[in-house]
Amino acid sequence: MTDDAERERLRLRLVQMFCANVPHNRALGIEIVEATREAVRFRLPYDPKLVGNPDSGVLHGGAITALLDGTSGCAVFAVLTELVPIATLDLRIDYLRPAEAGRAVLARATCYKRTRNVAFTRAVAYHDDPEDPIAHSVGTFMVSTKPGGGGARP
Amino acid sequence: MTDAVDPRAGEPPAAPSLIARLEAARRAGDHQAFVDVVPYARFLGLTVGERDGELITTMRYGDHLVGNPALPALHGGTLGALLECAAIFELLWRAETIVLPKTITLTVDYLRSGAPVDTHARGIVTRQGRRVTNVRMESWQADRAAPVATAHAIFLVMRG
Repeated sequence: MTDDAERERLRLRLVQMFCANVPHNRALGIEIVEATREAVRFRLPYDPKLVGNPDSGVLHGGAITALLDGTSGCAVFAVLTELVPIATLDLRIDYLRPAEAGRAVLARATCYKRTRNVAFTRAVAYHDDPEDPIAHSVGTFMVSTKPGGGGARP
Repeated sequence: MTDAVDPRAGEPPAAPSLIARLEAARRAGDHQAFVDVVPYARFLGLTVGERDGELITTMRYGDHLVGNPALPALHGGTLGALLECAAIFELLWRAETIVLPKTITLTVDYLRSGAPVDTHARGIVTRQGRRVTNVRMESWQADRAAPVATAHAIFLVMRG
């Protein structure tokens, strides 16, 4: 393996570890399936504590919101050359159909554009097939220009 | 079909449905029951109360809500979820719907990083249709004039 490829592998490994250790991601039970420049995939296992409607057992929309926000943020980290703080500017979510009770939800996010200050993301939440999504989101993130600059808005 | 046996015969009567329990809570003026019947609302640590005629939803700070431990700051998803819950509670509390509102779209603007303290939110109905309702929401911490996140959402509802 070339030095560049090894460096890239370690960088993505670091991103993955960093995102896996976010306290709220851990509280949700999120598992990171993959993290590459092209796409990041998170898996949210079904958990009764995240249910929105106890009659149907369907997960609350808020858990899907948090999953999409977390996956999108990780997709931004995956394209950054260094691990600088980021902050969500906005997130728009379209809920296309309810999640099915008892089933894990996956999310796949891509950072499709990065400028000096801002990163743009797209993401879908789904059970089996990203082409048959539960929810679709677009987000924008502020990217700090210096390491340790804090996640607060510049 | 007429002589089909009721498969539920002999079983204990089903617990009241969520919407029935929410309606009972509304009639009784029991705000907190709104939270207590929704597992995810308990997970977030929500409480609901009425102040000066406004229904305020509060997310009590907990370490499990953190997104950035270095600052520390709340996870953006928790603020989005709080805002969505505040809007749904508002719709149920004002009896704007006889079914559980279904979120169609939710758009959140993050204005400040959320400090590790309690966060409050409320929803304001901007247009009430028979099937679709528009709500805008705001959330704040110590200073209501400095919101941490605002949002607007569209819900599918059914008016009684």
